[in-house]
Amino acid sequence: MPPEPVEARGLVKRFGETTAVAGISFTVSARQCFGFVGPNGAGKTTVMRMVSCASPPTDGVLEVLGMNVATSPRLIKARLGVVPQDLNLDTAVSVLENLAIYARYFDIPRKVALERSLKWLDFFKLSGRIDWRVNDLSGGMKRRLLIARGLLNEPDVLLLDEPTTGLDPQARHLIWDKLRQLKSEGVTLLLTTHYMDEAAQLCDRLVIMHQGRILVEGAPDQLVADRLPPRVLELRGATDETRVLAERLGPVVENLASQSDRLLLYTRDSDELLAKVRSAGLPFASTLSRDSSLEDLFLMLTGRSLVE
Amino acid sequence: MTSWVPSPRRAFRVWQRNASVYRRTWKTNILPNFFEPLLYLLAIGVGLGAFVGRQIEGLRYASYLAPALAAVSATMGASFEVTWNAYVRIHMDKIWEAATSTPVMLQDVVLGELAWSASRGTIYGTAFLVVAALLGYVDTPLAILAVPAFALLAFVFALLGMTFTALVPTIDFYSFYFTLFVTPLTLFSGVYFPLERMPGWLQGVAWFSPLRHSSCLLRVLFLGHRVGATCAAAPLEALWLAGAAVLLFPLPALLLRRRLIR
Repeated sequence: MPPEPVEARGLVKRFGETTAVAGISFTVSARQCFGFVGPNGAGKTTVMRMVSCASPPTDGVLEVLGMNVATSPRLIKARLGVVPQDLNLDTAVSVLENLAIYARYFDIPRKVALERSLKWLDFFKLSGRIDWRVNDLSGGMKRRLLIARGLLNEPDVLLLDEPTTGLDPQARHLIWDKLRQLKSEGVTLLLTTHYMDEAAQLCDRLVIMHQGRILVEGAPDQLVADRLPPRVLELRGATDETRVLAERLGPVVENLASQSDRLLLYTRDSDELLAKVRSAGLPFASTLSRDSSLEDLFLMLTGRSLVE
Repeated sequence: MTSWVPSPRRAFRVWQRNASVYRRTWKTNILPNFFEPLLYLLAIGVGLGAFVGRQIEGLRYASYLAPALAAVSATMGASFEVTWNAYVRIHMDKIWEAATSTPVMLQDVVLGELAWSASRGTIYGTAFLVVAALLGYVDTPLAILAVPAFALLAFVFALLGMTFTALVPTIDFYSFYFTLFVTPLTLFSGVYFPLERMPGWLQGVAWFSPLRHSSCLLRVLFLGHRVGATCAAAPLEALWLAGAAVLLFPLPALLLRRRLIR
């Protein structure tokens, strides 16, 4: 059996006194999209940098494609696609030349590199831009080019660090479509994000990280189902009195959270709950009844106030 | 096992990247290489030379000056590349980060950048050589050997500049490198005037200047004979430069590794 694409045991990264990653273990299986989800500063990017052999682990074991990152970085990197959070394209040269330069780092022959470049530019809807200078591309196009570049060596694992941060909804959906397509073609994806919709859309499995630790791991739907009642009743324009009264509604409210002027009531039956809220005379401006989501779980686990 | 030894093939890929980007702008890049020496030779060699009034070591002032100015030109070409340009590639454009996310390792990038910097210095020096030859300041076909000499001296300055780049806190500090290090070297290395009549201590200090040995070497290669009693024979001067290159070689890669790999 081939080794797992990524396997970490007790992985630690310290920068001086600061502990960025505090001993985590995880396994990314082949042909899977595995997500690292967490607020800014949770340690997601540090994990990605260790997997891509850019940053040596302080402690623990990290094997990528069955090889140790400390001893075989060249061999590992030859089989990884790395899509960093910060754009690092060559802004002064053309789209096609960017890919040509990058393909040379892998010793991909010129003709093969050109074929693959055209294929991936077409895949990412950049065919009409091959002679554009990178500076002249939109943010979404630059991001797509960055992913196309990461695929030039036909990697076994594609690492994506916040692949859609800062993009408009159209650009994000295009990238999601393409990533799903890549996964269906057998590419293993490892991505970080702080967007819960992105994680829910793409990931087969994910971990929620906070302050360098993994809080939970599992399939997105299952994680939510295991830990939260299925429905949420949001009361907007809630006051302190709303909360006091809500706490007296009894077991129909299984969990309760406040976020500024919103009160979130977690329940199995939101219709029954709404009727009770009305008859008890809770003050509120409007209501929204919806399914509980990964975002609810995320906020519950990592806290509702700003982390930084 | 992780090795610290660079791979020449991967380093060449980095060299190729810089050459690709340079080629985009070579027309605007290469022209100043011809104009600047021309202006210097005219202003200082011919203009100031008229006031010097007598010959230096049996030479017209411009003939004395041209070979050493060619060395300065190569020095500058190499130095810009490993200072401001390298800093931008490392910290701003993250070109090194992109390269090292492939089978290219940091030590390969450093070697590729040094080689590219030396190449650029060689282009600068050779452009100067061509202008000097056209103006009649080159007396011997030996001057063809000036091309590898430019490469050697440019490589030494590439190592020095890259070492500074490994240590420099912000990009603003490069003005110190140039005003407190490179410029004094050009002024007190026997480029503009012979060191033979300067105090002994200055001659002693100048022995440590790569530009001193470069000037001596290039005068032989431009003029066909040794100029000045404190210069050694040309092969010894070349040996000094090669020795400096060997001694300095591991330094920038070690320092950059400490700085960039965290």
